[in-house]
Amino acid sequence: MTDTLESQAGEVLLEVDHVTLRFGGVVALNDVDFHIKKGEILGLIGPNGAGKTTCFNAMTGVYRPTEGEIRFDGQQISGRKPHHITALGIARTFQNIRLFPEMTALENVMVGTDARHKTSVLGALFKVWPRVRVDDVDLPRNRVKRAFSQTFGVSRHYAEERAGRRVAMGLLRFVGVADRANELAKNLPYGYQRRLEIARAMATEPKLLCLDEPAAGFNPAEKEELMGLIRKIRDRGLTVLLIEHDMRLVMGVTDRIVVLEFGTKIADGVPSEVARNPKVIAAYLGEPDDAA
Amino acid sequence: MPEISELWKSVNLRERWETAPTWVRMIVSGILLAIAIYLPFLNVLPFAYIRTDLSTGGSDWSGVLTTIVIYMIVATGLNVVIGMAGLLDLGYVGFYAIGAYSLALFGSPDSPVTHWFADKFGLSEGWSVPFVACVPIAIAIALAAGVVLGAPTLRLRGDYLAIVTMGFGEIIRIISRNANGLTNGPNGITNVPTPPGPKDPDTGQPFFNPIDGYRWYWLCLAVLILLIWLVRRLEYSRVGRSWLAIREDEDAAAVMGVSGFKYKLWAFAIGAAVGAIAGLLFGSKQTFVEPTGFALNLSFLFVAMVVIGGSGNMVGALFGAFLITYLPERFRGLSDWRPFCFGVALVLVMILRPQGLIPNRRRARELEDRRLEAEEVATDD
Amino acid sequence: MNFHELFAHFGDITVDGLTKGSIYALVALGYTLVYGVLKLINFAHSEVFMVGTWTVLGAYSLVGADEGSGVGILIIATVLGFLLAPLASAGTALAVERIAYRPLRRKNAPPLIFLITAIGCSLVLTETFGQALHAIFGPPFGRAAVSIPSLIPEKEWVNLSWIAISNTQILVIVAAIVMMVALDAFVNRSRLGRGVRAVAQDPDTAALMGVNQDRVIMLIFVLGGAMAGIAAMLYTIRYDITKFDIGFLIGVKAFTAAVLGGIGNLRGALVGGLVLGVVEVYSSTLFSSNWEDVTAFVVLVLVLMFRPTGILGESLAKARA
Ligand SMILES: Nc1ncnc2c1ncn2[C@@H]1O[C@H](COP(=O)(O)OP(=O)(O)OP(=O)(O)O)[C@@H](O)[C@H]1O
Ligand SMILES: [Mg+2]
Repeated sequence: MTDTLESQAGEVLLEVDHVTLRFGGVVALNDVDFHIKKGEILGLIGPNGAGKTTCFNAMTGVYRPTEGEIRFDGQQISGRKPHHITALGIARTFQNIRLFPEMTALENVMVGTDARHKTSVLGALFKVWPRVRVDDVDLPRNRVKRAFSQTFGVSRHYAEERAGRRVAMGLLRFVGVADRANELAKNLPYGYQRRLEIARAMATEPKLLCLDEPAAGFNPAEKEELMGLIRKIRDRGLTVLLIEHDMRLVMGVTDRIVVLEFGTKIADGVPSEVARNPKVIAAYLGEPDDAA
Repeated sequence: MPEISELWKSVNLRERWETAPTWVRMIVSGILLAIAIYLPFLNVLPFAYIRTDLSTGGSDWSGVLTTIVIYMIVATGLNVVIGMAGLLDLGYVGFYAIGAYSLALFGSPDSPVTHWFADKFGLSEGWSVPFVACVPIAIAIALAAGVVLGAPTLRLRGDYLAIVTMGFGEIIRIISRNANGLTNGPNGITNVPTPPGPKDPDTGQPFFNPIDGYRWYWLCLAVLILLIWLVRRLEYSRVGRSWLAIREDEDAAAVMGVSGFKYKLWAFAIGAAVGAIAGLLFGSKQTFVEPTGFALNLSFLFVAMVVIGGSGNMVGALFGAFLITYLPERFRGLSDWRPFCFGVALVLVMILRPQGLIPNRRRARELEDRRLEAEEVATDD
Repeated sequence: MNFHELFAHFGDITVDGLTKGSIYALVALGYTLVYGVLKLINFAHSEVFMVGTWTVLGAYSLVGADEGSGVGILIIATVLGFLLAPLASAGTALAVERIAYRPLRRKNAPPLIFLITAIGCSLVLTETFGQALHAIFGPPFGRAAVSIPSLIPEKEWVNLSWIAISNTQILVIVAAIVMMVALDAFVNRSRLGRGVRAVAQDPDTAALMGVNQDRVIMLIFVLGGAMAGIAAMLYTIRYDITKFDIGFLIGVKAFTAAVLGGIGNLRGALVGGLVLGVVEVYSSTLFSSNWEDVTAFVVLVLVLMFRPTGILGESLAKARA
């Protein structure tokens, strides 16, 4: 199994190169070293406080590693601004949901699509320049405007707004939130909020999608459904890095697993190997399977 | 009180407005606009009771209307900064002053700046930059000032930003008072130009003069409508979404690819430019600018307008500007009490109705949620 | 740039700066205490100081003390000033907390709302003296500056060729330092002070440990207010004047001092106040006193840009994560 995977997805997408991260005296990451290959689903697991979220934070530019480097697609990204890293193609969700509560679900996702857009303040203000061509579906309905747009093209603002809305709705449908697209994020049920975060992250068109405990607080059926969604995301060509507590679930969905404990990597391999690793068993001994 | 608010809710103007067909909205807007245009001439009782010049000693009605509209422009600009981007700017009067002074410095033949130019380049006595050219100059200076103030400070925590911007407002005022060679200091600058227009053939008065106050009002109203239209465009675009996202959760916005700094700076610069336009109109209408017109209290008044009306909501901000300008003028005897009343109003509104009088529907919900959260925590203990 | 003046009177100018700085430091304590515990800039604190100065005036007229009064009256008036000013200031601070902030805390309001409410309180207080009391009682209330009898005549105690120090300067500096040391000891040693530090460090855990949060919050407002009252008394002794909006600039400067020293840090307030006072007089000698008020703002911006945690770092509770 390992062989087939490596042959189909040999290229390394992200490299965490001996990263150490300290908060004052606390060593949250200690010489952590692993990589993610294109097209795989990598699980990142470990007991509470192991440093998984911190690892995400280092990868997405929230924290700068004290030592070591993180490379994405061959580029060094540690220490760069979060929005630069997003532009390069890493997106993430948050363990404690952080949507934009006062914006609608659709708007939340559109903030994500905006990451790939270029409309400037002047472009939005005057809606004149630059002009682009769009497909017929995106042309205005009004007949006069339509004829005008066919001859002179539409403003980039208009084109991007239409495209953004279309893509965002598509993503909402993909994660199953479309029926409440115009509700404020704050008022959505918990499960919707979790999935909305995934849609928002995917809207930035990432190569690597990092999910921080996306199934936290889900019941087993919901978890199962979510794992299906994650597989579908991979099938869309995304690479997925998944933090999850529930060992059984991680085993089912991931291609490879990295295990952290007290900020140190203690195992790295295919699920069956990791499950047999005595250090991992020790780390998880007594750790309740939070299937509640 | 609760009955009134229930009644109000059942009328549900906002939803009706939002769901009304386009033609209805156009007609209603047209009627409102017509009323606004007609206001200076309103003389039919009982409606004329809203005029401020009924009793002797009352303020000139057109003048009051103009001030209201100028302050509405201010509220529109400040609402971008406070309401949309969530940045508390306590030095907004600084940009207002920059607008007024830019016009005065370049447009008045009496200003040290035009004198300097005239001497340096051997221009004729009484040379000055025409009004129309002063407008882009004022906007450019305000934009630059917004960037200069914003660039180093926008990374600060919200409450620090408030204090630093307040300092900026004071610095601008102190400069205008003390830099005699630049601004004539406390004496101010006279002969500030008015917008161009056909002169009165009989009296030779300029088109925009203190007697035909309604012209000023109409001009300012046109500028206000233009600015609202432009700001709306920003609000419903990538830019507006970025502002909201930053206001809601700056870190999450950054991870979603929003450059917090860039958009905050834009909000600041746009706010600055709008504030400058308001100041410019004010200076031009007065034909005289002096430092005392830009005291810090004015900044607080501006913030009060946006916050009392309902921050983040353009209609609310405009309403706030209207209330705060109109009421003291209508009840002239109260004008000394104006700052006192803002103070009381600010405290009361914040305690009783923190979302403002006409809240942004969204904001109201957020505050409600936070209150519930607090209650839950309290009952947990 | 008047370097000659600065060097010729370097000693005098420095002492003058330290005197000013001591007053800033005392007022800064109020900002620092509240910020340390509530993470909130108590914008209305400047008016707490202002109320103190008017109280001094009231105390003097209560006993009829004037520049020419006998020694007995002078002593009584001075003691009364030192008692009543802190009382009135602390009372004002407490009233602001109870009337404005507490309801907001109950609602868990965002910081912006607190700040705007504080601005409102500040306006109400200044206008009470500038407008409301004037409308009721007439002068001395109102918008004009009011002079306060100078009960302790200025006398030079040290007079060397390079430095001259007056009695009031010594009084201000010494009194300020004594108060600061007392407060520092109180917060670090006493049981109540321990509660303050606990809440500053972690309000939730402190509550679990049985610390009464509301009591602690009231305590810090009272302490900060009292310090501002002492500052007000010292200010009137030194500068013999008050005005309805006197608090604004001193408030901004004290806040700058607090940030400069490291907001939330009691000793930082002292250091920040003294540094700011000295920098201010140096710059006003170098340039002109017209620009003096700009100094504080420029210093504030520079500090926030380059060392936002201040000289001594931010921490009311020694270790805050
Ligand atoms: N900003 C911070 N400052 C100080 N310490 C921090 C900070 N962020 C994380 N830590 C510490 O780093 C360690 C790792 O935390 P992290 O949140 O990465 O754990 P985790 O593996 O995500 O745990 P969980 O399963 O609970 O989410 C913890 O000891 C935590 O206390
Ligand atoms: Mg975590």
